[in-house]
Amino acid sequence: METYYNPSDLAKFASMGEGNKPLMDKFFSWYNDVFAEGALSEREKALIALAVAHAVQCPYCIDAYTQGSLEKGATLEQMTEAVHVAAAIRGGASLVHGVQMKNVYHKISM
Amino acid sequence: MTARHKSMNAFGETLALANEQLKILSQTERLPQFAHRFEQLGEGELAATGISIFQVNLGKLCNQVCKHCHVDAGPDRREIMTRETMQLCLDALSKTDIATVDLTGGAPEMNPNFRWFVAEIKKLNRHVMVRSNLTILVANGYTDLPELFAQHGVEVISSLPHYTPTNTDKQRGEGVFERSIEAMLRLNQLGYGVEGSGLMFNLVYNPVGAFLPPNQASLEADYKRELGKKFGIKFNRLYTITNMPISRFLEYLLVSGNYESYMEKLVSLFNPAAARNVMCRTTISVGWDGTLYDCDFNQMLELTTGAGLPTHIKAFDATLLSKRKIVTGQHCYGCTAGAGSSCGGVTT
Repeated sequence: METYYNPSDLAKFASMGEGNKPLMDKFFSWYNDVFAEGALSEREKALIALAVAHAVQCPYCIDAYTQGSLEKGATLEQMTEAVHVAAAIRGGASLVHGVQMKNVYHKISM
Repeated sequence: MTARHKSMNAFGETLALANEQLKILSQTERLPQFAHRFEQLGEGELAATGISIFQVNLGKLCNQVCKHCHVDAGPDRREIMTRETMQLCLDALSKTDIATVDLTGGAPEMNPNFRWFVAEIKKLNRHVMVRSNLTILVANGYTDLPELFAQHGVEVISSLPHYTPTNTDKQRGEGVFERSIEAMLRLNQLGYGVEGSGLMFNLVYNPVGAFLPPNQASLEADYKRELGKKFGIKFNRLYTITNMPISRFLEYLLVSGNYESYMEKLVSLFNPAAARNVMCRTTISVGWDGTLYDCDFNQMLELTTGAGLPTHIKAFDATLLSKRKIVTGQHCYGCTAGAGSSCGGVTT
């Protein structure tokens, strides 16, 4: 194995059904329902998925939902803003934990 | 890719040749042959079910040089339909009850006999659709055309790849969006796209890249909202059309390293319902020199109507052609992927 991540592996996702097909079938059935038009549009869901893909730093998901967002009619501007939302939440999550740092600081400082 | 100012043909590029494009398309050995994939539906070979649209390509001359153009059209192209060939089209039409004539190009309006041809088709009492690139309608020498269209009740179908200037100009050239807006406003002034006027004005979306179009109805709602809000523009329908892996779009796919994955996507998203509704089943396509084809894409690949059939408008035979076997190739996957694609948008 030359690299852990290979773009062509994305197309092999379904092979995860080998070993336990019923579980994978349930996953895909649920997954497809999640992304269907509902209270949120398919485009909004694709943009959320794109943001989450960046938050969890999954290169397969970034590839899939960059294409997915475009194929749901999103613009580069909307996709960029979605990534900023992910970045803001990740950055904010670090910063807000600073309150814990301060709690500990104040508890043990004179 | 930088903007183009001339066709591939003008630069003598190998990829401008239909044979070269067919060679590349046929080299994708890992992918199933389209004809075989269609036959797996269990309905035999792909064949026409009639002719309801008589599509005429008036020539490759165009005032734009769009990056995705399947015609490789441009200001340098000289292939153009003569009045004699137009007359042959009229003669053929007059012997049939084909209801709709679809005029395309290039920019069909740039054919010097365009105005005459439209008037003659209307005398035969047929519905005329013109595929107008919009910018030609505000170019010197052509500004009378919107009125002419309205006078004859011509349906106007125009490409506008996006409701934002960036995406439109990226595909169609700098300044195209602004001039397109000007032309659309002129069409609206005449009643085009306005409810109750009877004047149909439809837009076409092509993806600006190696991906498939979004949901047609949802994108139409976006176009109506955004064009209405920003410019007060009205139109009737939006057609989403998949880019065919031929000509300049094929060049883009190859240069950008997207060819293999794009073809794999088209094949993996083969939709039996879209395959059953492909436009070639009800269309006949006439080339600028009168040659007959199953569609405008086959025309650009120089794949004429099949063996034993008339291949020129001089020998047009509606009975034979309306049940003809369709000539297919790997590019046909472009019409059968996802929601399907045709000159009238999705097919499912």
